[in-house]
Parts: sequence; structure tokens; C-alpha cells
Amino acid sequence: MKDTIDQTPDRKAWMSLMAKAPEGRVVALLDAALPRPAFTWLRAPEIGSVMVRGRAGGTGAPFNLGEMTITRCALTLPSGEVGHAYVQGRRKPDAEAAALVDALMQTDAVTVLRAKVLEPLEQEATTRRTTRAEKAAATKVDFFTMVRGED
Amino acid sequence: MYVAVKGGERAIQNAHAWLAEERRGDTSVTELSVAQIREQLALAVNRVMAEGSLYDPDLAALAIKQARGDLIEAIFLIRAYRTTLPRFGASGPVDTANMACDRRISATFKDLPGGQVLGPTFDYTHRLLDFKLAADGEVPQAPTREADPAPVPHVTGFLNREGLIEEAPHDDTTPPDLTREPLEMPADRALRLQALTRADEGFTLSMAYSTQRGYARNHAFVGELRIGTVPVEMEIPELGFAIEIGEITLTECETVNQFKGSKTEPPQFTRGYGLVFGQTERKAISMALVDRALRWEELGEDNVGAPAQDAEFVLYHADNIQATGFLEHIKLPHYVDFQSELELVRKLRREVEASQGQHQEAAE
Repeated sequence: MKDTIDQTPDRKAWMSLMAKAPEGRVVALLDAALPRPAFTWLRAPEIGSVMVRGRAGGTGAPFNLGEMTITRCALTLPSGEVGHAYVQGRRKPDAEAAALVDALMQTDAVTVLRAKVLEPLEQEATTRRTTRAEKAAATKVDFFTMVRGED
Repeated sequence: MYVAVKGGERAIQNAHAWLAEERRGDTSVTELSVAQIREQLALAVNRVMAEGSLYDPDLAALAIKQARGDLIEAIFLIRAYRTTLPRFGASGPVDTANMACDRRISATFKDLPGGQVLGPTFDYTHRLLDFKLAADGEVPQAPTREADPAPVPHVTGFLNREGLIEEAPHDDTTPPDLTREPLEMPADRALRLQALTRADEGFTLSMAYSTQRGYARNHAFVGELRIGTVPVEMEIPELGFAIEIGEITLTECETVNQFKGSKTEPPQFTRGYGLVFGQTERKAISMALVDRALRWEELGEDNVGAPAQDAEFVLYHADNIQATGFLEHIKLPHYVDFQSELELVRKLRREVEASQGQHQEAAE
């Protein structure tokens, strides 16, 4: 493994971004960015579940809320970089693409991947979030008080 | 006496073939796609995810299609699928204070930071059938307004500042899991909340309604109801740090309940909590009311013998898959069981008739 530099916060951000991307997006953006390198599976894509937890009262003791589906995989590039992916849902091609991006982000491909995969994903996520927030904001109640006549 | 019964295979196969045909319905009507169900019957999908206890909108939509719209059957399919999945781990508790809210209302405070946000609600509609929906039509775009990106604070936080409401102190105890260990009494609050969040909506609603009508009355206000998305974060052992593994929609309801105080607690407001997968408002409010009713013991309240206070009654009857499994099994062949019952009744009848015959003889 060539995980020598501590790129944890950065890596956490890109893995999280790819986990939440809509179906097919990481595959499409990766293939548009560069040709896929050869790789070997450390863990072939597998579908499983994660138990999601909440907290009583929002802040108190944890409890089990229910599970969600997750696809995960791990692979290694010929140059030794290891890529991991955990993505939401049952999406093996997306998990494979996300693990490739994760591995390639530790190589010279970092600039092209940032520009052609991560930044577009980030922008799309921001747009989705903002659109919903703006629709919600339009349903915000503006209270006004009626003045009652006293005569 | 054992009687081996064979010969149902062909009938069963043919029944299932007919089921498939009936599921499809009139072939001159366009077939429904799973994506259409996911997008256009989203609240049914949400219910199936919540009670199926598995967040996956595509799977829930498929289950609804397969079940011909029978939501309990669809929940059954999801529960069965869920058991085939390897469990990768558990997430960290979701942070609902940082929810990206589609809807957020409070029945206790009119003016509050973050405001009253109605979201895509049925409230204030006139409940008149809209015949325009029967015709194909373009939907006008929903209006937008500039949004404040700041997180929306929890209403209970304001009351906490005055010390007027019971606190929910931070705790990191690993919760019990009823999908791994059978549900046993006494059930702590974490276990009760897990059972309630996957409980049947109708049952939970009726239990909650019973508390409002006076059975274990605890006078609930909806302190806050919020619907929106939260990221789900999990520690990845092979990486040594946590990443977000997805984003889910949740409905959260916090009730604020009148409480005169008890031997152990000062007069203050107490809390009920509901948190459910998807946009599932009726269920989340119901869950919060039932959660509060079940907390009588830890708050030092009296048990007035109300059904909603009886954890064993509520939790053992709340799961619609357990209930329907046991209920519906009685329609399956019980020929041998029934044969022995029949023998018994005939024997009792013979005995009764014989003794009546003796009485008659004695009388003559």
C-alpha cells in the first residue's frame, strides 16, 4: 500500500461524494475523463447492508433505525495504489468506478480527476441541494397580525 | 394417524401463473415501471422502506409492483430480501440537527429560528378529488425563494435553555438490535424505538390515538416535525476513518408533553420521539406519542393500565409481518390437526348421547 501521505480529510470528502452520487454518474464521468487502467480486485463488488442508527430525542442514546443497502469493493492498481469504495444502493458498476477514482486520486491523475469527476459531482450535488432548499424556502410561512378595529 | 397429502403442485403452479396474469391486468393498459412507482407512489415506497426496515427506494418499488400494491405483502418481500444481505456494519447515529429540511413545523412556537416551512404537504388541501390528475397534464414548476443555508436548530433546544424540558443527554451505548437478538421484556428505550420505527403504521396510529382519547393521556404537543435528508456516516475499518456512505430521507417528530412531576422528576415538559425512514409523517407522530406513553416507568408515572403503556402488548403486536404470518397461516392446510379435532368432537358427542340415552332409559 502507498498510503503514506495523510490525505484523510480530502479522501473522506471524495469517497463521501461518490457514495451519494446518482446512479451511473461516477461511471460516466470517469470514462469521459480518462481510459481505465488495469487493476486487480482485492474485494470484488458485493452488496450488503449497513444498520443506520439514530439517537433518542435527536441527541440521546443511540438506537437502530433500520438498514440501508450498500455496495462495496476494493482494488489495487499495477503501481500499488489501493482504491476503496462504499456506495449507497445496489450499484456494482458505480462501486467499481468509485474505487478506481479513489486509487487514481493517489496517482498523477489527481488533477484531471478533480476537474472532470469530483468537481462536476460536487456542483451537481450543490445544485440538487439548493433547488430543494429554495423550494422549501418558498413554503415558509410569513406570519402577519391582523389589526382589529376598536371603534 | 398420518395422512400424506400430495398432488397440489400443478394447482399451485397454475395459481401462480394466474397471479402473474392478474398482476399485469389488462394488457391494453400500459405496464407500470418500477421507476414510475418509485417516483409517483413515493409515499407507498416510503412506508415499505420504513416497515420493511431497509432503505432502498428501487427495491421497495419493485416489491410494491410484485405485491400488486398490497403494502404488507411488499414489506414481507423486503424483510425476506433483507435477511439475505451480509451486514457490513453499523453507521454512526445520524445528526438530525443538520438535516436539509424539506419541511419543518412546530405547533408550539409560531416564530422560531428557521421558521415554519410547510414543504410538499397534504395539509391545507381541501381533500377534494382532483380530476385533472385523471388526464395527462404538465405540472407547473414549484416556486422558489432564496434559501438560508444555515442549519435549522431543534425546537427542544430552546426549551432546554430554560431548563423546562427533560434533557436527552448524549450517550454512546451500543444499542440492542432486535434483528439479531429476539425482542425480550423488559425492553429498554433503544429497543422500543427500534421496534416502533418498523412497526405497522395503522397499529401505531391507533395506539397513539388511544392516548389522545384518554388511555394514558399525556397531552402531547408536536414540538417539532421535520422531514429532510441527512448523510449517513460509517467508520470504515480498512481505512481507519469514517466516510459518508449515503444520504437518506427521514421524518423526525419530537413531542413536548405536559408533566406535573413525579417522585423522582421536577415539573417540566417531557419528550416523546419519532424517527422514521422516508416522508412518513403520520407514522413519526404516532411513534412519538407511543414512545412517550411507554416511558411511564422511567418517568415515575402511574401505570393506569392503558394498552399504550403496556410495552409487552404494544411491542409484541406492532410488527405487521409477525402478525400477518401468524394470522394468515391458519388458512393453510391444517387437515391433520383438524382431523384430530373432528375425532374429539365426535367422541364427546357420542359420550353425551350415550349418557342422555341412559337417562332416558332410567326415566322410562
